Amino acid sequence: MAQLEIRLSGFGGQGLITAGIILADAAIKEGKQAVQSQSYGPEARGGASKAEVIISDTTIDYPKVKEPAVLLAMSQEACDKYIASLRDDGILIVDSYYVKKIPETRARVYSLPITELARDKLGKVIVANIVALGATVAITGAVGREALEKAVLSRVPRGTEDLNREALALGWQLGREQLEK
Amino acid sequence: MAVKELLAKYTRMEKLPHIWCAGCGHGIILGSVLRAIQRQNLDPFKTTVVSGIGCSSRAPGYMKFDTLHTTHGRALAFATGVKLARPELKVIVLTGDGDCAAIGGNHLIHAARRNIDLTTVVFNNSIYGMTSGQYSPLTPHKRYATTAPYGNVDHPFDLCELVKAAGATYVARGTVYHTQMLIDLIAKGIEHKGFSFIEVVTNCPTYFGRKNKMGSAVDMLNWLKEHAVPVKAAAKLPPEKLADKFVIGELHRGERPEYVEEYQRIIDGLKGE
Amino acid sequence: MGENDRQAVLMSGNEACVEGALLAGIRFFAGYPITPSTEIAEGLAKRLPRYGGKFIQMEDEIASMAAVVGASLAGAKAMTATSGPGFSLKQENIGFAAMAEVPCVVVNVQRFGPSTGLPTSPAQGDIMQARWGTHGDHPVIALMPASVQECLTLTVEAFNLAEEYRTPVILLMDEVVGHMREGILLPRKEEIVLKERKKPTVPPEEYLPYKADPDGIPPMANFGDGYRYHVTGLVHDETGFPRGRGIDGDRLVRRLVNKVKDNFVPMVEEYLTEDAEIAVVACGSVARSAKRAVDLGREQGIKVGLVRPISIWPFPEKVIRDLAEKVKAFVVPEMNLGQVVLEVERCACGKAGVYGLNRIDAELITPDEILTKIQEVK
Repeated sequence: MAQLEIRLSGFGGQGLITAGIILADAAIKEGKQAVQSQSYGPEARGGASKAEVIISDTTIDYPKVKEPAVLLAMSQEACDKYIASLRDDGILIVDSYYVKKIPETRARVYSLPITELARDKLGKVIVANIVALGATVAITGAVGREALEKAVLSRVPRGTEDLNREALALGWQLGREQLEK
Repeated sequence: MAVKELLAKYTRMEKLPHIWCAGCGHGIILGSVLRAIQRQNLDPFKTTVVSGIGCSSRAPGYMKFDTLHTTHGRALAFATGVKLARPELKVIVLTGDGDCAAIGGNHLIHAARRNIDLTTVVFNNSIYGMTSGQYSPLTPHKRYATTAPYGNVDHPFDLCELVKAAGATYVARGTVYHTQMLIDLIAKGIEHKGFSFIEVVTNCPTYFGRKNKMGSAVDMLNWLKEHAVPVKAAAKLPPEKLADKFVIGELHRGERPEYVEEYQRIIDGLKGE
Repeated sequence: MGENDRQAVLMSGNEACVEGALLAGIRFFAGYPITPSTEIAEGLAKRLPRYGGKFIQMEDEIASMAAVVGASLAGAKAMTATSGPGFSLKQENIGFAAMAEVPCVVVNVQRFGPSTGLPTSPAQGDIMQARWGTHGDHPVIALMPASVQECLTLTVEAFNLAEEYRTPVILLMDEVVGHMREGILLPRKEEIVLKERKKPTVPPEEYLPYKADPDGIPPMANFGDGYRYHVTGLVHDETGFPRGRGIDGDRLVRRLVNKVKDNFVPMVEEYLTEDAEIAVVACGSVARSAKRAVDLGREQGIKVGLVRPISIWPFPEKVIRDLAEKVKAFVVPEMNLGQVVLEVERCACGKAGVYGLNRIDAELITPDEILTKIQEVK
C-alpha cells in the first residue's frame, strides 16, 4: 500500500472527526505515516461533516484528500455530496439506517446497519462511529486490528472503554462478514 | 521625612525638574504617591510603576523604581502581566482620565472585575493635556475643549462608581488641594490587597482652566476646595446641595478573593496530582 | 533509547505549538479566543499551571499583547497566539516590544482575510503584515512551519530567537498546519537547546539598560532584580530615558534593525535545487504541495527544485540571488494574491523569470496546479 485516502462523512455530532483521529492514531501506532484533517465552521455545523485520513508508508506531502479510495457515508446528504469524489475502484460504505438511496457508482458498495446495531446490540447510538470504524477497517485493511483497538481505548472518554471495545468488535465482525460473503 | 530626603530616596533627581506646566497639579499627585509609598515602607527594589501615555504617564520617569511607560491606555494590561509573572512585586499604575477612561476603559473595568492586586492612581484633570486640550470622558457636560468648541455634548463618567460596579475592592477619590487626605487615601490603596483605585481630581490651568475661564492655578485649587465634599459631610446633605459638588474620601471597600492568589491556589492544587 | 525506538504521537499543529512552548520554558501566556488559533490558548490554560506558569484570558487582543510584554519584563518567557483580526489588533504593542526590546513570541495562525473573512479557512495573506504590520521601521523575525513537527520545533526556536535578539518573534502558521494532525516525535528535554536573555554583568549603579554589546544587543535585567530601570516606547538613549532628537531616533532604530540584520542567518530548506532550472519558492503548508510537485516534475524529467523559506523574515535573500544566476524561472505559489513573489522578484533582479501562482478560495494549492505552472514556464 503506497497511500490510502479515506473520507469519513455524515452529519455533525456523529463522532466522525473522533473516528478520523482514532484511525490516524492507529496508523501512527503501527509506525506508518498519517495525516488527519477535517472540515470546520459552518460546514461542520448540523449539515454534512467530514474527517479525512491519509495513511502511507512514506512521507505525506500534500495533506488533503481529493479522490478518496474509501468513503464512509453516515448520512444521505453526505453520501450524495461526496460520492462524486470517490475513485471508480474505491469502496463505499454506507450506514443503511440513514442512507436509503445509494447513488450510482462504480465503486464497491457495502450497505451496513451500523446505527441500528449500535442501538439494538449496545443500546447506545453514540458509539455508531466506533462500529463504523471497525467495519471500515475490517473491509479495507487500512490498519491492523490491534493498533486500532489501542487507538480507540486511548482516545475515548474514561469509563467508556468497555462499551467502545464492544462497539469495535461489533463493527469488526460486521465488516468481516461482508468480506466472507 | 523631609522633602529632600524623600526625593533622594524615591526619585531620579537627575531627571528633575519635571516637564509639567507651572501650576499643574500633577506634581502634587507625584509627591503624594511618593509619601504614600514611604508611609507603607515599600521596598524600592520590589516596586514597579507602570503608566500609559499622556501628561500623567510621565510621572514614572521621575521615580526610582522599575518603571514602565507603555502605550496609550494599556498600562493596566501591561501591569497585569508584570504582576502575574512576579507576584512579589508591588505594582502601582499611574494613568490619566483620557488614558484610563477612554482608550483604556476596557482594561480598567476588567482589572477591577478580576480584583487583581494593582494600585491605580488616576490623574483626572478633565482634559487631554499632552495633545493640548481635547475633551476626555471626564470632561463635564457643556465645558469647553479644543474639540468641544461649542461646549461638550458628552456627559462624563463617574469613574469611582464605574470601577466599584465592576468589582474593585478599594475605591477612593481625592484632590490635589486636600493633600494630607490624598496621601492617606493612596497609602490605604497600596496597603489594600486587591484592585485599589484612587481618582485624583487635579487642575490643568494651561488647557482646561484657560478654555473654561477658571482663572489661575490658585483659583483652580480654590475651586477644588469649594466643590469637594468629604464623604461623611456628603451623607448629611440633601441631594440638591450636592448637585454641583463631588464627594471625596474612601468611597468603597469590598471583600473578594484576589486574582493572583486565586490563580496560585490552582497551581498549588495541581501540585498534589 | 535510540531515535528509532521512539513512538510517534498524533497531534495537531496547534497542539504541537503548545508542546514546543512548554519545552522552551514558557511561563506566561495571555490570549483572547480566536479561530483557528484557540486550541493553543486552551492547551496552555490546561498545562501552564502544572508548570507553575500563568495563563490569562485577557479582555481583548491588545491587552493580551500588553500583558505578554509586561510578563516578559518581569522575567517570564511569554507568548500569545492569535489569528488575522487579532494580529491586526496586536500590532501597536508588537511595535512597543520591538522598540523596548522585550523578548516575546506571537503566534499567528493565518486565516482568510481581510476583516472577519472566512474564519475557519486557510490563507497566507499576513506575510507582509508580519513584516510591516506595526508602524515605523523595526526588526522582525517570522518563522513559517510546514508540518506539525515544525510547529513544535519552530516554537522552541521562536522563543530562543526572541530571547537571543530581545525582539518579538512571530510564528506565522496557517490554518492547514494548525489544524491538521500528523505523527510527531516529541523531543526529550535534554535534546532541546534553550537560549536565555543576556543578563547584565555590571552592578545596578553601572547598568545602562540600552547600551548594546558589540552584537547590537543589550543585556537585560528583569524587573524586580534590583536594577530599577526605565522602559519606554519613546525614542530613548542608552539610559533608557527619552531623548527627543532626531539623531537619537536614527541611532536607536538603526541598531534595532541591524541587530537582527547583521546577526541572523535566514533559515531555509533547499530541495533538489543544485541542478535546478526551475525553482519553486513556497512557505508553510503550500511548501508541502510544492515538494510533491517537484517530485512529480522530476519524474517527468524536469529539472525543478524547491526553496522553502523557514524564516520568511528576514527573507533568505542570498539563496534567491544565487539561484537567480542559475535558474531560468521561479514559480511562487502562495495562498494570497502575491506577497512572497514580490520578495523573489526583488532578489531575482530580472535575472530569471518570476511567476506567481495564487489561490484565495480557501483551498490549499494542489501539487497538480504547481506542476502545471512548472510545465508552463519550463
